[in-house]
Amino acid sequence: MSGIDHALGQAVERIRAAAADGTALRIRGGGSKDFYGVAPRGELLDTRALAGIASYEPSELVVTVRAGTSLAELEAALAEKGQCLAFEPPHFAAGATVGGMVAAGLAGPSRASVGSVRDYVLGATLVNGRGEVLSFGGQVMKNVAGYDVSRVLAGSLGTLGLIAEVSLKVLPVPPAEATLEFACDQADALRLLNEWGGRPLPLNASCWFEYAGAGALYLRLRGAVAAVEAACAHLGGERKDKDRAAADWQSLREQSLPWFDTAAGPDALWRLSVPQTAPVLELEAFGAPLVEWHGGQRWYKAPPTPAAAARIREAARAAGGHATLFRLPAHGEAHEATVPRFDRLEPAVERIHRALMREFDPHAVFDRGRLHAFD
Amino acid sequence: MNAPPSPTQHASLQKTERQSQVVRALQAHLPAHALIWHAEDTTPYECDGLTAYRQRPLVVALPETEAQVAAVLRTCHALGVPVVARGSGTGLSGGAMPHEMGVTLSLAKFNRILKIDPVARTALVQCGVRNLAISEAAAPYNLYYAPDPSSQIACSIGGNVAENSGGVHCLKYGLTLHNVLQVRGFTAEGEPVTFGGEALDAAGLDLLALVIGSEGMLAVTIEVTVKLVPKPQLARCIMASFDDVRKAGDAVAAVIAAGIIPAGLEMMDKPMTAAVEDFVHAGYDLEAAAILLCESDGTPEEVEEEIGRMTAVLRGCGATAIAVSNSEDERMRFWSGRKNAFPASGRISPDYMCLDSTIPRKRLADILLAIQAMEQKYGLRCCNVFHAGDGNLHPLVLFDANDPDELHRCELFGADILETSVAMGGTVSGEHGVGVEKLNSMCVQFTAAENEQMFGVKRAFDHEGMLNPGKVIPTLQRCAEYGKQVVRGGRLPHPELPRF
Repeated sequence: MSGIDHALGQAVERIRAAAADGTALRIRGGGSKDFYGVAPRGELLDTRALAGIASYEPSELVVTVRAGTSLAELEAALAEKGQCLAFEPPHFAAGATVGGMVAAGLAGPSRASVGSVRDYVLGATLVNGRGEVLSFGGQVMKNVAGYDVSRVLAGSLGTLGLIAEVSLKVLPVPPAEATLEFACDQADALRLLNEWGGRPLPLNASCWFEYAGAGALYLRLRGAVAAVEAACAHLGGERKDKDRAAADWQSLREQSLPWFDTAAGPDALWRLSVPQTAPVLELEAFGAPLVEWHGGQRWYKAPPTPAAAARIREAARAAGGHATLFRLPAHGEAHEATVPRFDRLEPAVERIHRALMREFDPHAVFDRGRLHAFD
Repeated sequence: MNAPPSPTQHASLQKTERQSQVVRALQAHLPAHALIWHAEDTTPYECDGLTAYRQRPLVVALPETEAQVAAVLRTCHALGVPVVARGSGTGLSGGAMPHEMGVTLSLAKFNRILKIDPVARTALVQCGVRNLAISEAAAPYNLYYAPDPSSQIACSIGGNVAENSGGVHCLKYGLTLHNVLQVRGFTAEGEPVTFGGEALDAAGLDLLALVIGSEGMLAVTIEVTVKLVPKPQLARCIMASFDDVRKAGDAVAAVIAAGIIPAGLEMMDKPMTAAVEDFVHAGYDLEAAAILLCESDGTPEEVEEEIGRMTAVLRGCGATAIAVSNSEDERMRFWSGRKNAFPASGRISPDYMCLDSTIPRKRLADILLAIQAMEQKYGLRCCNVFHAGDGNLHPLVLFDANDPDELHRCELFGADILETSVAMGGTVSGEHGVGVEKLNSMCVQFTAAENEQMFGVKRAFDHEGMLNPGKVIPTLQRCAEYGKQVVRGGRLPHPELPRF
């Protein structure tokens, strides 16, 4: 405990000193998501000394974890008690931390069915840009005392403060799981997914992509044994081998499926978040997407150029969504200055963003440009 | 006759002048019938569901179009007049209590369901639409809106967004936050703003998460896109009796520990059971120290499997009697008492105060026993209904408001429950909100720096503090007067500040 208090104390001192002398700090855990968002700037503030599971009681469905704890360690502790982070956060590299997971706010294949990172954040302790240690939310499922500051930290990329500790809702691992495969094109896959979504089926995750010119839809069911078996009988398709399917879903979550391999070429990975009912997007020039989240998340491989960005963002917006320049090509030309990583904000919303960041971090200790290119 | 006005007369005169000024300014934007300010007309707006706090507003505006809403906000902002948005007025913490020098913005006329999209499983509704009306409109598609606060027949979705309302099914289906995709409305300045989107996420910070549950202090909600979920094919409910509250509390934890997430998990203590049985005649076990209602929903196969597992757990925890509903009528009968806990309490006592704290589930028995001790201490009775599955308590303290001493003891009793809940690792409000009612308790739960950071959030959305000012976050001065600013780790936050 005293070691932890010491680590937190040190972080607080560092932030206060930075606030006083105008130093910018770059909060970093395992660095597994350095690629995401605008390249971080400032002196390194490593969170990994803030480590350890502070409390975990399976019957409360709540775990409280210090930010620098490795995500793998947390998941192993939960698995031991038959529980999990239902939203399957991607690690993207060894050493991913819980704080980084929350700050990035990225969820895995099950997101459309079970909710996102923020849906599972119950409370957080953060250190703001004044070096104040603040706690919001708590360790209970229902809490409306004050503004829900802890949830807005999910996806904030460190712009509001250093996440020191989070309390997360955890869930039992569902007793049964099955994966079905359907041969179909993208339009059929989207139609099927939206049809199934309206029925009381134990849907959990889906993925559609083309391999060697043929489209395949994979559907994962999770729930009570009886419900999964009944759904398999009802839906048809080809039932996949359990272990093989589990490995494939894991590869999807970590984007290590061959589809995601952009290392050699000039293409970046674009993430389009659109309504699940959005039709096939008119972006054929970039090839067929990989579709997740029952149609809600569509990945495209396209250059990180202003011209491609304009087409992609226009298509995403026309469908009612937005597009993120998710991962730059390893050896591509840098377009950072002209192609923002995240989509633009409505004027009132942008004003609120700037004001919020100033309120949490008046001396600009944290890199508020990580999320949007705000000055 | 020509004596100078007394201070009271002076204040009253100022108020009248201000009222005329605001009325004149708003008349330029609203039809005559959409603007009321005479005392006899504004009195119905003087409180929400928390009737102990009353205040007539300066003016009530009832706009009918978005352009009118924007104009009211712009006008009020320019004049520096506070604006309190109001939906159905069913809130239980005084969140919609008017401001003496402010405009109450009634959004009752925004009551249309704009679109039910059965394929996308969403509903686009105006803020004044009643919670239950959404599920009714979605029913032909076998869909419904999951959060079901007990007031769902009357409460509006705009109010649900303001309070992040829950209900009896939120352990499995989530709160308002988990079931809303987009909120569209206006800033304090009257500028259009959208939080969230039709997709599962939006660019930038997740401001939607801040706006939901912000009690009308960050923006004015006009239109909400909610998620609809498929209606379960079947729901069945177990009613289990326990001869000891600790056994009942342990049974709640045991069900969850067995890896089951019930669709609903509710608890009533003996006094509550007696009160509701007298009211609904559902056949509740009047001898039980506590009754648990434990619901399963899903496919018939799923429900059978889960009911079997839950029954075994409850028996293992020492349930003295177990009944499982065999028809929808019977299930509704099991629930009838729970759903009528408030009116039933109203029949056995002239007044009651409903608390709303949340505690970790494992402390259910501890808090019940603590409340029993408080009944002795304050000389008042208390009935208890709990959303046991998520640790959310609704103790109903019975009192007579005409007896000033009882009212006073009731307030102390309530504050004691909230502080005990915080001490047990819980929170002062699970779903009813802070409003004006729990401002003092916020001093117990949050440090001065935390409250100040929340004021910072308020400023970021509403720089001049025009929307619903004075609610939710207590000022430092208020906490100092209440004398309960939290001391953590032996250090007072901001030791440099003067106190008392």
